[in-house]
Amino acid sequence: MQVTVISESSGGSLHPVTAQLVGAISRMGSNPTVLCPGGVGAAEASTISGVAKVVSVEGDCFETYDCIAWAKALAPIAAADLLVASASSVGRELTSSIAAIRGIPVLQDATGLVDGFSVTRPIYSGKAIEKSTITPPFAITLRANSFEAAAGGSSAEVSTVNQSEDVSVSVKQALERAGERLDVSEADIIISGGRGMGDPSNFSHLYDVADIIGAAVGASRAAVDTWDDIPHSMQVGQTGKTVTPNLYIAVGISGAIQHLAGMRTSKYIVAINKDSEAPIFGVADYGIVATWEEALPILKDELASLISN
Amino acid sequence: MGIAVLLKQVPDTTAKISVSSGMVDEKSVSKWSISPYDEYALECAIQLKESGYGEVVAITCGPERASKALTEAASVGADSLVHVHVDVFMDSVQVQSLLAAAIRKSESEIVLCGKQAADTNSGSTGPGVASLLGYSFVGVVSEISVEEGGFSATRLGPSGMEEINVSAPCVFTFDKGEVELRRPNVRGIMMAKKKPIETLSSDDLGVDLSVSTLKVESHESPPEKPPGQKFDGADSVPAVVEKLRDEANVV
Repeated sequence: MQVTVISESSGGSLHPVTAQLVGAISRMGSNPTVLCPGGVGAAEASTISGVAKVVSVEGDCFETYDCIAWAKALAPIAAADLLVASASSVGRELTSSIAAIRGIPVLQDATGLVDGFSVTRPIYSGKAIEKSTITPPFAITLRANSFEAAAGGSSAEVSTVNQSEDVSVSVKQALERAGERLDVSEADIIISGGRGMGDPSNFSHLYDVADIIGAAVGASRAAVDTWDDIPHSMQVGQTGKTVTPNLYIAVGISGAIQHLAGMRTSKYIVAINKDSEAPIFGVADYGIVATWEEALPILKDELASLISN
Repeated sequence: MGIAVLLKQVPDTTAKISVSSGMVDEKSVSKWSISPYDEYALECAIQLKESGYGEVVAITCGPERASKALTEAASVGADSLVHVHVDVFMDSVQVQSLLAAAIRKSESEIVLCGKQAADTNSGSTGPGVASLLGYSFVGVVSEISVEEGGFSATRLGPSGMEEINVSAPCVFTFDKGEVELRRPNVRGIMMAKKKPIETLSSDDLGVDLSVSTLKVESHESPPEKPPGQKFDGADSVPAVVEKLRDEANVV
């Protein structure tokens, strides 16, 4: 079976998820062709073990992101039985667009893939798991960190294809980020606050702890909806971000079902809440029944002394 | 130039999802709502209408119950309502083909929908519909304004927030933005009940739903987590930190 993987890039180089996509395909016995939009990361992609060949797709349209232009430029070379990309927002958009151009279905955000034809994925933000079978030609995106990455050290052939399309979306300017804070979707440790924090200014206590352990600060939907100072980009949950950090610390969060949907697959969960009946304790590995005013200063000191030792 | 807003009716995000005999049990869903990101698309559509851009047609694709989403859209200002009535399973390209055909029929040049639906969490519809229609596409948008010759929009691009320019015809998909969603007033609700709904079938739109290369085999509930350890009082924080280091190895 022919498989084409569309590589993922980040900040001008290859994103590590690309090796995971190749790993998932190799394990079902196929050697994929990797397409690198705009040629980004082509040399690095060629070192991934199991790659049959790398095609650097170069053209003016790849200078900024225009989903339709990219999809039109990639579609003629992405004609394989199975088209695979990362379930990032660019990956999902591109794959949907190429699949529509080819008239084939797409299945997004798979977390399991057996023999290429049996697919597992979470739906309802993880409130249920869906199992499907697909018959190629088909397109599929895979969730990051769900598949073991293929090793490096290989050297596949790299060819270049020049292919461009008219761009209809022009980027006027990059907008400054709200801060240089780590985003919850990229963090190994997250400390989140809910409405139980009482006031948005009290989030400073969460930042104090976050700074010590290199964590990102998140928030519940209740906090985001109540306080203008807490932006939606911090929201963890079904209408915010779905996160799977190694450690998730929930402070003053009762644990509404839509919040749990966004963080329940975290490896370890600590809950700090003064209400011993709060639903958050149902998913917590370590629950502490206490007010944040009492618990956070101690948590901060304990973590600080742990780190300094 | 008309505005089409695509709405999907989904189980409310506060609803419990239960599985019975290997499939999600829709009958047990306590409340159905317009998918949250679609609500932001709807709000933007109404704002564009208010700025004189054109009339809003709300389109949904789904079974009988989905028409309620259209009535809700009418109660906040949608001008006309189209229900693509489908009771069978559809894959992504079938949904996109139906919606693209309905949009073409409505002659809308601006199409707005959520970045993904709260049930499948896929995000295939917007870019797929744009490709089938040959429209431009801008995804994960939080704000749109009308400018001379087109639109200016704020989107989450591959390397952060960006301001972009695009002109019609275009499909936009919406993220949750800073904008406040309007709630219907009593008059709006009363008027919406009388608003006619145009119902279209897959045959009307010329889309074949008889075969798909996707087959959903089963649904299951996520594995239950074993109960954790619970401690009383802030005095227990040092013990928990010790466990995070020694048992969990995460700090």
